Amino acid sequence: MTQTPATHEAGGHAEGAFNPGESIMHHIRDSHELEIPFFPEVRIPLPEWHVFGVDLSITKHVVMMWIVSAILLLVFGWVGRRVGSGHVPGRLRSALEVMVVYIRDEVARKAIGPGADRYVGYLLTTFFFILLCNLLGLVPGMSTATGNISVTASLAIVAFLMIQFAGIREYGFFKHFKNLVPSGLPGWLVLPMFGVEFISMFVKPFALCVRLFANMMAGHVVILAFISLIFILGAVAVPVAIFFALFVHLLELLIGTLQAYIFTMLTASFIGMSAHPAH
Amino acid sequence: METAALAWLGAGIGAGIAIVGGGIGIGLVGAGAMHGIARQPQSAATIQTAMLIAAAFIEGIALFALVICFMLYLKA
Repeated sequence: MTQTPATHEAGGHAEGAFNPGESIMHHIRDSHELEIPFFPEVRIPLPEWHVFGVDLSITKHVVMMWIVSAILLLVFGWVGRRVGSGHVPGRLRSALEVMVVYIRDEVARKAIGPGADRYVGYLLTTFFFILLCNLLGLVPGMSTATGNISVTASLAIVAFLMIQFAGIREYGFFKHFKNLVPSGLPGWLVLPMFGVEFISMFVKPFALCVRLFANMMAGHVVILAFISLIFILGAVAVPVAIFFALFVHLLELLIGTLQAYIFTMLTASFIGMSAHPAH
Repeated sequence: METAALAWLGAGIGAGIAIVGGGIGIGLVGAGAMHGIARQPQSAATIQTAMLIAAAFIEGIALFALVICFMLYLKA
């Protein structure tokens, strides 16, 4: 195939024309500037900070995580201030209590069994942080922090550390690794089994990371792709594009909640398998 | 064919095949849930919850492949 000038601009058609791929990536990607909706010229630059070649600057997603943390601290601090004093709970506290008690009873205690209360704080934090990050990304003007693989990788690393900590606390450092292999195996099977279980120890948090990241990123990419249809096809595509984009936007509410629940449930299940191996 | 074209072709075909697998998987889960609810309508809520959770796992796997296709699309 000859290289014509047209193939050079395969990504964008002409100067100033709409480039859907670039526009979608611009909205998904983390950036060093904050943008305000309805005022696209206003860009608030965020402080950059590079340490030993590692980029630790305050970016858009970091600001989103700070907003989520502030909301969680304010709401739960306010709601929990009179726990245990015999005071009748109000509406906000009752609503949150439904979710908190569900995570504590159905997820943590069922999956971990005895000694579950030690991990309930971590599991509740994980659940509400991921839930609020996912839901905040749907608000116009905000972006999804969990749509950034660095954020989900950090959550998965913390989950990995909690799983190892659970096993080592119960059994000590060496016996925790010996627990990977069930007793009573034929001798030739022990080494491959240990290899497989050792690798799966790392694969499980990796899967947690990629599942959350892919679900969140894919949802926003689909919404933006439908909106980009309007710019590509013109005004005739407006009703279809708006309808489908709205439908996917509402579906994202369900998916965001479900993915937060699944991350928490799987982490609880892995902690349970590590602390109380069935074999 | 130039590498960019091949990468985009790979991304498109890969995404399609991955979604077929995910679609079949979630369809089977849904079918199992329908059978279960038809046999025992009083356990509909439990079955529905389990169905949603299993569907989220299968969707996760399809999205792994989608992420790789997206990386291919961006590299080209």
